[in-house]
Amino acid sequence: MMGPGTAWYLSVAGFLFAVGSLGVLLRRNPLIVLLSLEIMLNGANLALITFARHLDNGDGQIFALAVMAVAASEVVVGLGLIVALNRKRVPLDVDRLSSLRG
Amino acid sequence: MLVASVGNVLVWAVWIVAAFACLGSGVAVVSFSNPFYSALALIGNLGSLAVLYLLLSSEFVAAAQVLVYAGAVMVMFLFVIAYVGPRTESPWAGGPSWQAVGAVLAAAALLVEIIVVIGLKAGGRLAHSHHVSGSFGSPSYVGRLFLSDHLLAFEITSIVLLVAAIGGVILGAHSRQAAGEVPPL
Repeated sequence: MMGPGTAWYLSVAGFLFAVGSLGVLLRRNPLIVLLSLEIMLNGANLALITFARHLDNGDGQIFALAVMAVAASEVVVGLGLIVALNRKRVPLDVDRLSSLRG
Repeated sequence: MLVASVGNVLVWAVWIVAAFACLGSGVAVVSFSNPFYSALALIGNLGSLAVLYLLLSSEFVAAAQVLVYAGAVMVMFLFVIAYVGPRTESPWAGGPSWQAVGAVLAAAALLVEIIVVIGLKAGGRLAHSHHVSGSFGSPSYVGRLFLSDHLLAFEITSIVLLVAAIGGVILGAHSRQAAGEVPPL
């Protein structure tokens, strides 16, 4: 293929996954934790699509679309939880969300 | 030959711009203290990822990425961030400093692990990629795969989305007790 080879795309995907995991581990705001999770999922998606192109096999693209749908579902539930927390005047801080009882 | 080399340089140039935009906006998402700016940076990240998907001749996935993420998911994110309001009192990173150091170490270990595993397992086979046909990644190609080989995954995806929609409604709805407290007019 023209341009950069498979390894270049894979290194971008790995770096994105690592940056996303850093955000999940480091940040306290649950909104930014969700955004970092999106970055991790997108890094995995980029690796899937890179391998689909590398192997001339469309299954990776199908998997990436399924991951996209799961990410959308996860965002719906996560943002619903954040809105519910905000309505109960719970502080939006993952270190202080230590109890599941409402 | 000249046309091929010019095309190669052009693809490299687009790739470099898209990859650095992708990595830079990813770092920006993690490092902004205001979640609104983080969400805006994530939109840039998703757009540059769509460019990378186009370079990998996955046109349908690139279009779906822009429509689903930048069009739907990020709009919902921005609405919720605007609803919750700015939470500037929440410090940038939490806990004692050893937690931050541990997080950075864990992420760096993950990166090294990914690179080492890919390099060891697939290093020699990544150089020669297959030649793909012109229809690879087109909507008809993806649709044919989805409705023939991956029909079960397609149906399960629809069920997952339905369950997530129901969960979102249940989480977002006021509780029955709170609804009963509405004073009569």
